[in-house]
Amino acid sequence: MLVIKALSSFGKYLELMKKTFSRPERMRMFFKQYIKEMNQLGVDSIGIVLLISFFIGAVICIQIKLNIQSSWMPRFVTGYTTREIMLLEFSSAIMCLILAGKVGSNIASEIGTMRVTQQIDALEIMGINSANFLILPKIIGMITMIPILVSFSIFAGFIGAYATSVIANVITLEDLTLGLQYDFKEWYVWMGYIKSIFFAFIISSVSAFFGYTVEGGSVEVGKASTNAVVSSSVLILFADIFLTQLLS
Amino acid sequence: MIEIQNLYKSFDDKDVLKDINATFENGKTNLIIGQSGSGKTVLMKCIVGLLQPTTGNILYDGRNYAAMGKKEKMLIRREMGMIFQSAALFDSMSVLENVMFPLDMFSDAPLEDRVKRARFCLDRVNLLDAQKKFPGEISGGMQKRVAIARAIALNPKYLFCDEPNSGLDPKTSLVIDDLIHDITQEYNMTTIINTHDMNSVMGIGEKIIYIYEGCKEWEGDKSQIMGATNEKLNNFIFASDLFRKVKEAYMSTHQTSTPKK
Ligand SMILES: Nc1ncnc2c1ncn2[C@@H]1O[C@H](COP(=O)(O)OP(=O)(O)OP(=O)(O)O)[C@@H](O)[C@H]1O
Ligand SMILES: [Mg+2]
Repeated sequence: MLVIKALSSFGKYLELMKKTFSRPERMRMFFKQYIKEMNQLGVDSIGIVLLISFFIGAVICIQIKLNIQSSWMPRFVTGYTTREIMLLEFSSAIMCLILAGKVGSNIASEIGTMRVTQQIDALEIMGINSANFLILPKIIGMITMIPILVSFSIFAGFIGAYATSVIANVITLEDLTLGLQYDFKEWYVWMGYIKSIFFAFIISSVSAFFGYTVEGGSVEVGKASTNAVVSSSVLILFADIFLTQLLS
Repeated sequence: MIEIQNLYKSFDDKDVLKDINATFENGKTNLIIGQSGSGKTVLMKCIVGLLQPTTGNILYDGRNYAAMGKKEKMLIRREMGMIFQSAALFDSMSVLENVMFPLDMFSDAPLEDRVKRARFCLDRVNLLDAQKKFPGEISGGMQKRVAIARAIALNPKYLFCDEPNSGLDPKTSLVIDDLIHDITQEYNMTTIINTHDMNSVMGIGEKIIYIYEGCKEWEGDKSQIMGATNEKLNNFIFASDLFRKVKEAYMSTHQTSTPKK
């Protein structure tokens, strides 16, 4: 039963995506929405990305320096490990998990509310493809903004690591810098960007799906918002495994 | 003119609409009345194409909606305006932007002209002062009027109103009713209104269809309501004490006056 339900949901999701990905009626209106969504989904998330990344960068650095680094290890280990964790997993996958909570619930509740207050019906009556008008700018906007958010996250993580060195003297500046630069592979940065683009698509499209298919009232909108966050988080985790295998 | 032919609609195994036949003329306010749950909203959703009828045809000035392709359906929808029970204004946009929205979407006119048209529509519903406000900042009656302005922005041929005055006081209801009635005549639109407000029935009921448990039970206009003999209709219309007394008074004057003729 559960399998059948999941499959039929997936079918509906594909149908919705087919409806979403078509040429916008009016480019003028699409760009207006697109700018709005980039602002609402991307720019408004920069603060939380910076905050969390800064502290995680600092904490990783402290943990490794105090608990893992030993006298027999080379002195670049702390910086090196901090960099690799930020680049490979935190700034793409974990960051997107956090964004799934913030952005996913935002998208699902906004579209869900529009559904239950008949605003989506109003769009349809006007002869507008409501999925295309509402969802496409969100997906494209999120995909546009995510590399920027990932960059901010990496950057803030490194600042956090440096802060432990400058403020708390956990590690010397030279050791940290040496570690952060040691054996740098540019591909890891690209891998983070590529993964995050897939995650951005998952967050925006899955959350939009849950919002768009709400039936009922405010209780259902709340449920849809929760489901959107849970489902997109789980999907991000699975996608992370596949993408990491594929790209490494 | 909108014609409905042998319309059936069922959900799963529940028949909601059974064999509805009706003709709605242009320039007239056509009312669909009936008890809560009788299927008015479902009927209206079938007419505008938000729901697919199980069987039956809907003709818009002779054009069969069911036989149309996707493209044509989209185009005919641009000739429709609809006012929802909940007004359904876009709450992320100001009042003026709401009214401008259909124009922004479908009109090639320059911005200046679009603003002018939107202002004209807002003025028509007497809300020019509220153009900068957001839907959350205006009253329910004002929201309904904005919805009317938005619905007429593109000069629709067909106007649909699902309970336009539910939740409004009697006086505001009259304002809305009159507005819809005047606009209908002014632009010779085909207007269909769902209602169970007896004031509307008596006020603007130029053509009335009574739906009882999904079937069309009675058809006529407001002058025929008082003398109607259909029992189900009378039970519905004259359910309240006040209306029953009005009817009794009407019948007694009617009966005593006819023999004298
Ligand atoms: N999507 C649906 N699925 C199943 N049944 C439905 C659906 N929509 C409506 N119905 C049923 O159809 C019947 C008619 O509903 P409808 O909303 O048309 O009533 P109404 O006449 O508009 O009532 P009201 O005056 O309260 O708005 C109801 O019994 C309702 O349960
Ligand atoms: Mg209804």
